[in-house]
Amino acid sequence: MKEELFVSGRHIPNIDPYLNIWHWQIPLYLFLGGLAAGILFFAAYFVVRGKEKEMPATVKWATIIAPIALVIGLGALFWDLKHKLYFWQLYTTIRFTSPMSWGAWTLMAITPLSIVWVASYMKEMFPKWDWKFGFLNKFEAFVIKYRVPFAWIMMYLAIILGVYTGILLSAFNARPLWNVSILGPLFLVSGFSTGLAATMWVSKDEHERKVLSRIDIVFILIELFLIIHLFMGFMAGTAVKTEAFQLFLGGEFTISFWVFVVLLGLVFPVTLETLELWGYHVPKWIPPLLILFGGLMFRFVMVEAGQITRFLY
Amino acid sequence: MRYAMAIDTHKCVGCSDCVVACQTENNVPHGYCRDWIVEYVDGTYPSLDMRFQSERCNHCDNAPCVRCCPTGASHIVEGGIVLVTHDECIGCGACIESCPYDARYPHPDGYVDKCTFCVQRVEKGQNPACVDVCPTHCLHFGDLDDPNSDVSLALKDRSWKVLAPEAGTKPQLYFLT
Repeated sequence: MKEELFVSGRHIPNIDPYLNIWHWQIPLYLFLGGLAAGILFFAAYFVVRGKEKEMPATVKWATIIAPIALVIGLGALFWDLKHKLYFWQLYTTIRFTSPMSWGAWTLMAITPLSIVWVASYMKEMFPKWDWKFGFLNKFEAFVIKYRVPFAWIMMYLAIILGVYTGILLSAFNARPLWNVSILGPLFLVSGFSTGLAATMWVSKDEHERKVLSRIDIVFILIELFLIIHLFMGFMAGTAVKTEAFQLFLGGEFTISFWVFVVLLGLVFPVTLETLELWGYHVPKWIPPLLILFGGLMFRFVMVEAGQITRFLY
Repeated sequence: MRYAMAIDTHKCVGCSDCVVACQTENNVPHGYCRDWIVEYVDGTYPSLDMRFQSERCNHCDNAPCVRCCPTGASHIVEGGIVLVTHDECIGCGACIESCPYDARYPHPDGYVDKCTFCVQRVEKGQNPACVDVCPTHCLHFGDLDDPNSDVSLALKDRSWKVLAPEAGTKPQLYFLT
């Protein structure tokens, strides 16, 4: 028998008996951040490839979602702060050892850039659009002139944002479920996949949806591959890792992870997308909806489950 | 200079005086605590082994809370004491997630709070409140670099262990066994 008991009485809200300091705001933000990263990455990618005309939804229409998602995500992050009026302290320093610090700076850069991106396409999307002020027209002309270098910057920032949503968690060695380096690429791939899903949903063009669907299938397969690697790592890991993994093997997150994230969020939509490419009719909103749902669930499961895991001493 | 604490698990009776002394000295809000006592029971009846130990922030040499703090509010001062600057803390909770000892908590006023080794007393050459109040004298505090300090003398002739050394945090609470 091995038993531990707090005899002095310790029942601190959100810490005892289980750590639950991060609530729904954090997984929601991680989802929206990944979604925006995915949308912006592929918008920029197709601009760099010179395929603006072929991919109108990817480059223009879907990007409207990105700044909205980022602003809602930032709002959720702000909501989660417990010392809200001091949030500006984030922007008085850069601390490279803290993923949250450089993540905050990345958001500071990519949020306005995403707004500028959408703004530069306003006239193309809404022919009657008028900026009213001369300097805005000049600024728009400037952005359009340097669109390709701008797209390159956007691609890099989108990758940093996507990786950061995973590294934010993997940097905490006190939480064995999070403390795995594969979480960075896994969240990046998952975020890009949700971004592609949202773009597919917006797109009205058959050819464009096919192109996006093909890329998405590859991304989902990579994601499944990374998840297998993640769990191989846990199974071959130390006691803290195998204990953490039990949450997914019979523990309280078994159903939510294997059914909602893996089956409904990955396996099912990738099968539907493949069938669609083979010529079967699949309602166009079903795969994107499932992918978005799976991505959101994945982040909720990881944040909730990770906080429970700990060192055993 | 390296402040540290040694806790004699053979002497601790789990009376919680250290917890109350800390709450009084540091105005810890009701329902919260910066230190606490854990009872560990090992073995199978009738050969049970029970020990009490007073736990708190480990003032780690390689403090993950300081590493992951996005604003620099969590920092290390002279002697290795880990502190939080209240008006730099945004209450993001990253340090709470990063602590393998769950030694930190969000203060009702918003910032994150934890044991400070009673830095206000240590600066004056006094011991932390928990150490002075302990009725069994099971807590030893002092400078590890000074061979004659209370903590150095306590560690000299006894075996000890630290909590979760595999976390790599280099904790500075030594539990005498």
